[in-house]
Amino acid sequence: MDRMPAWADAVLVPLISIILAASISALVILFIGEDPVAAVKLMVTGALGSTYGWGYTLYYATNFLFTGLAFAVASHAGLFNIGSEGQAMIGGLGVALVCLAIPWPHWALALPAAIVGAAAFGALWALIPAWLQAKRGSHIVITTIMFNFIAAAVLNYMLVNILRPAGSMDPATAKFPEGAHLPTLHDLLAPFGIAFSKSAPANISLVVAVAACLLVWLLIWRTRLGFEIRALGHSQSASRYAGIPPVKIVVIAMLISGALSGCMAINNVMGEAERLILNATEGAGFIGIAVALMGRNHPLGVFLAAILFGFLYQGGAELALWTTIPRELIIVIQALVILFTGALDNMVRMPLERIFMATRKRRRT
Amino acid sequence: MDFMTVLQVLDSTVRLATPLLLACLAGLFSERAGIFDIGLEGKMLIAAFFSAAVAYASGSVWLGLLAGIGSSMLLAGLHGLASITFRGNQLISGVAINFLAAGMTVLIAQDWFAEGGRTPSLIGAARFEPITLPLAESLRSVPVLGPVYAELISGHTILVYLALLCVPATWWVLFRTRFGLRLRAVGENPAAVDTAGISVVGMRFAAVMICGVLCGIAGAYLATALQAGFVKDMTAGRGYIALAALIFAKWRPWYALSATLLFGLLQAVALRYQNIELGGLIIPVQLMDALPYILTVIILAGFVGRAIPPRAGGQPYVKER
Repeated sequence: MDRMPAWADAVLVPLISIILAASISALVILFIGEDPVAAVKLMVTGALGSTYGWGYTLYYATNFLFTGLAFAVASHAGLFNIGSEGQAMIGGLGVALVCLAIPWPHWALALPAAIVGAAAFGALWALIPAWLQAKRGSHIVITTIMFNFIAAAVLNYMLVNILRPAGSMDPATAKFPEGAHLPTLHDLLAPFGIAFSKSAPANISLVVAVAACLLVWLLIWRTRLGFEIRALGHSQSASRYAGIPPVKIVVIAMLISGALSGCMAINNVMGEAERLILNATEGAGFIGIAVALMGRNHPLGVFLAAILFGFLYQGGAELALWTTIPRELIIVIQALVILFTGALDNMVRMPLERIFMATRKRRRT
Repeated sequence: MDFMTVLQVLDSTVRLATPLLLACLAGLFSERAGIFDIGLEGKMLIAAFFSAAVAYASGSVWLGLLAGIGSSMLLAGLHGLASITFRGNQLISGVAINFLAAGMTVLIAQDWFAEGGRTPSLIGAARFEPITLPLAESLRSVPVLGPVYAELISGHTILVYLALLCVPATWWVLFRTRFGLRLRAVGENPAAVDTAGISVVGMRFAAVMICGVLCGIAGAYLATALQAGFVKDMTAGRGYIALAALIFAKWRPWYALSATLLFGLLQAVALRYQNIELGGLIIPVQLMDALPYILTVIILAGFVGRAIPPRAGGQPYVKER
């Protein structure tokens, strides 16, 4: 018997968790001697008050959409993919190799090729942990953490020793060719007569990310593979009795997850920096965990949570610019969101369940 | 490479292995009791900050150490609350703790000291000073053994010797006391422990708190002994290397010592040499950086001796109703 109605599970529990996280964040701001109300006002005007702010908010949100979806897909299969960061780094390598391979004539050709490169490299980086988990039972959390560090070393080596143009001191690739330049929201919205800030980095990758949301929803809830992934996530033994091959599903789920993480690179590497630099991911892989937890692993939830985190990131940058609150406040908020929506979930859930059970009993008598 | 260079590399190996060893033993207690802990990094980081901040303010490194341990235990308590009391996901809780520490330390450091997320440099009694063991100087002229004693064995801070003592102590507690037997049992088969009338929750909390104390010492060592003060993100992945070492050591104290010394050696070599030439083959420094992680993956894959974690690890214990 369900202890709670579905709406309470999907909306009420996350809402209370977020309110708890937000109030503790407010206390933290008070503690360092700033005004939380003024801080929120500044964040809202900075992140949502102009198309420039929106451009940054949506740019960050695009990153988090990819990594959030990646974590969600793995979660459905009962896997904890903490390796999005590394997969996105290696995805960046794929994008850079594709973009620098030939002088692309037009972005419409370069983008699909880059998506393939990013997804292939990201998936490849998830393959070894996936295979080790499926075949040898090596704990995927530990292997994906290790692969994050190995990815950083690989990227460092590639940038310093191989991809760095001759004569450059900077550990970065050459600038991508003109034809690989992705249209920004400014370019996309101008034909419709909508004026959007020219200098904001949000670009067509946002459209790709939203499409990825739809595809993930279709995959998880409307295909046979998605059913098998969810079945495995619910009960490994039951799904094995039902004839679902666990090794295959674990590997496929992780490949999809890695590919999604890798695709983040078309936004931050191809869309924004237009060259591959060290530490291009800036922790977005880990924010994906918070985004997926908050979004309850559902693409719609992930979408909303990604926008919220995009807002927090842009707002946090504005706070750091105009007040003495450092950007790290966002990391604290992120930690609190993960803590309350993920780890302390039962703290919110148990009392709520008791309330619902009590009201139901009363109705029955 | 002459003899003195070897000694210097080994000397820095010991220095660099110490925080790894303490964190590794911390993880050992927690994971042996069935609580996964990927929050070692965060606990070390917060301890590093509070030990440096209090040592700076009070001028006493011992007060700093206490503050570091206290802050680390606070986060350990949070981990216990989430993963034992509320039976939440231990991995998620660990991730949250790492971020909480990464954010809070910079936030508070900026508020207190306004130096861009660092503490002022520690001097004098606010730092752990190296201890010269008796006769170190007079024995230096003895060939081979003299320099080994003076350079390698003598001249470390007290925390290094404490960390080394923690290895036999951990072994003794875990394998020779009733407490240790129960702690290990809680990580293998909590239901059996419960049947024997021992509190699973209590045992697990005890283990998590010991983990907090050891992480606290590790963090304090980083900020007040290895370096002079706290800088942003100063743990630099050491918590994860310790986790790797724990698997490498197959959750055993003496193996933990050798694993952390090995990883410390890799760090020391990577720190000293940029690229190493081995018979015409150049080993890039990045490979040295990545080697602990690669080795751990190989061990986890079970190709070189299988690492089997405690059986009830990661699972919250639910008493039968």
